[in-house]
Amino acid sequence: MTEPQIYEALTTIFHDVFLRDDMVLSAGLSAREVPDWDSFKQIEIIIAVESHFGIKFQTREMDALANVGDLVRLITDKT
Amino acid sequence: MVELYWLPKVEDWRDRLRRLGEGGRPWDDVVMLAGARLDLAQTNALDTMARRALPEPPGPLSDKPVRLALLGSSTLAHLHPAIRVAGFRRRMWVETYENDYGQYWQELADRNSALHRFAPNIVLFALDARHLAGGIGAASSAGEVQATLTEVRERIRGCWRLAREHFGCPVIHQLALPVQPVLIGGNEHRLAGSRAEFVGRLNAMLREAADADGVEILALDRWAARDGLHAWHNPELWHRAKQEVSPAAAPMYGELVMRLVAAQRGRSYKALVLDLDNTIWGGVVGDDGVEGLVLGQGSALGEAFADFQDYARELSRRGVILAVVSKNDEANALEPFDRHPEMVLKRDDIASFVANWSDKPANLRAVAEELNIGIDALVFVDDNPFERDLVRRELPMVAVPEVSDDPASYAQTLADAGYFEAVAITDEDRTRSGQYQSNRARDALKASVTDLDSYLRGLEMRLFWRRFDRVGLARTVQLINKTNQFNLTTRRYSEADVVAVMQDECAFGAQLRLVDRFGDNGIIAIVIGRLQHDADLVIDTWLMSCRVLGRQVEPTTLNLVAALAKELGARRLVGDYLPTSKNGMVRDHYAKLGFAPCETAGPDGATRHILDLAAFAPRETFVEIAEERA
Repeated sequence: MTEPQIYEALTTIFHDVFLRDDMVLSAGLSAREVPDWDSFKQIEIIIAVESHFGIKFQTREMDALANVGDLVRLITDKT
Repeated sequence: MVELYWLPKVEDWRDRLRRLGEGGRPWDDVVMLAGARLDLAQTNALDTMARRALPEPPGPLSDKPVRLALLGSSTLAHLHPAIRVAGFRRRMWVETYENDYGQYWQELADRNSALHRFAPNIVLFALDARHLAGGIGAASSAGEVQATLTEVRERIRGCWRLAREHFGCPVIHQLALPVQPVLIGGNEHRLAGSRAEFVGRLNAMLREAADADGVEILALDRWAARDGLHAWHNPELWHRAKQEVSPAAAPMYGELVMRLVAAQRGRSYKALVLDLDNTIWGGVVGDDGVEGLVLGQGSALGEAFADFQDYARELSRRGVILAVVSKNDEANALEPFDRHPEMVLKRDDIASFVANWSDKPANLRAVAEELNIGIDALVFVDDNPFERDLVRRELPMVAVPEVSDDPASYAQTLADAGYFEAVAITDEDRTRSGQYQSNRARDALKASVTDLDSYLRGLEMRLFWRRFDRVGLARTVQLINKTNQFNLTTRRYSEADVVAVMQDECAFGAQLRLVDRFGDNGIIAIVIGRLQHDADLVIDTWLMSCRVLGRQVEPTTLNLVAALAKELGARRLVGDYLPTSKNGMVRDHYAKLGFAPCETAGPDGATRHILDLAAFAPRETFVEIAEERA
């Protein structure tokens, strides 16, 4: 799967999770910049990503996620 | 993964969520959206949008709002949205409360706590396995384990009692998930201090205590056994956020909670309404005859249908009313009940039996009326996605599970959907089905106000027709020889006969395939016309599958027949009806299509009708027609 395709799918997931259709994802975007992005939303994103891409994240992998770019790289590795 | 798979997928759910409330009826929108198959993100999004659109409980509701306190020993915050959404699904408004982390007992005991200010009308205890088995380990002796079991049970009963005394409301207790890995294996029970064993034994003791104390059990242990523990519990998320129930399973958790609440309030479904053909037996009784049905021993499919019947009968014996709604001639529909040896369900098991050619929403209304129960107490099982969608659209309050094509899954689907959740079984339940047996009146359906037009328009039906050809020959011959009900002349033809039609310049044979937004229905109709010397086009054969009745296929087909007849130079269409024991439903077929009756009636009730092609204007229908070339 190409990076633009992953970004496209993630954008839909983020729009649905945060109910904000104007969110634009970039590699540097992290929880700090998004007001509602707490630990529950983080888990919701992870579960939606796992289900959408048919993959599974490990504890260490989830701990290492600092921003959207990390997430995209992880998905690329697993798909 | 735990999925609400019996709920229908709603195609434009995402857009509809964003338009929630735009039509001025936000509560109806919320209820509709909650009735779809939702995952975690959708559930949470709907809850957020619902609370934005409805800061206050919506207008007068038939159920008083639920105020549910969730009391537990670990993180439960991820379960609230799913509980509320499962309430919306039942037209119930739900407010939820959760104790401060780990403080459930203190808040119960302290009359000045936030819990007391919340004033719940339902209390749900959700104590996690690690908390409950805390004092136990492999080194514990049998005596210690026994003492701890008793102590924990009594502590929990104390909580139940406090909740009752303070709030005077029903109590639900969620049993712990079996999250601890075994230490021994198959003979785990031989290790006194096994935590896995401890939780299993405690759950068993709590079931007994709950019966004695009038508390309802939320049996998560059974669901973990059904779905696999991994579907309900994710150790990674336990370590990360102390969530014993995995957030991915939250939609189902909420559903299970609200089923119990609905059952306590008498809001569970009461009757199971069954379609017949390909739902409780294989085949179409009107076409295949009783002997041709697939049912019972002899094939896996037949056994699956018999097994589903057995499940339905078991449900009726514990108080669920059974009814039948089928598109069939009544005599045909009843015949298997009377004389098929493998039928598990008998005539007497069915409290309301409606078999006719009216649309199913109208018939479901009749069933509810005859049984004298609300239409919102009906569950309708039908293998046909067209019928399911029509009923959902016309009667959104009727539960219509999204069943697969495989009858082997039907019983489990009904069980998973939990329509008939009950908190107690009475003697009256066990004898209920008998009370309805004397109460039958299948005729006299009241006129219904079903808005079929807009429904048919939305189906986007296309009728593709092809002249008879070698490719479709086998299917054409099969249809000609097995269709009994919608068959005007019931003439049976061999392959050679059909080939002869293909080669006859003064005749046409057309096979019609219906496609709609649910998919391809396959070849559903056959027409053969023959030109006779005096420019009459005689309709030698016109037959159709009953599956597509009521969808304007007949007038659309007439448009085609008229066009093909004109091509051959015909000036009139001649339609014959030759009655048989099976084809009473098409007696008035030609009259309904605007043909004029011909004076000379034939022998044995045969009739002939004429249509003047010069005066014929093609009918407007919601079905597009197009020729398909091989």
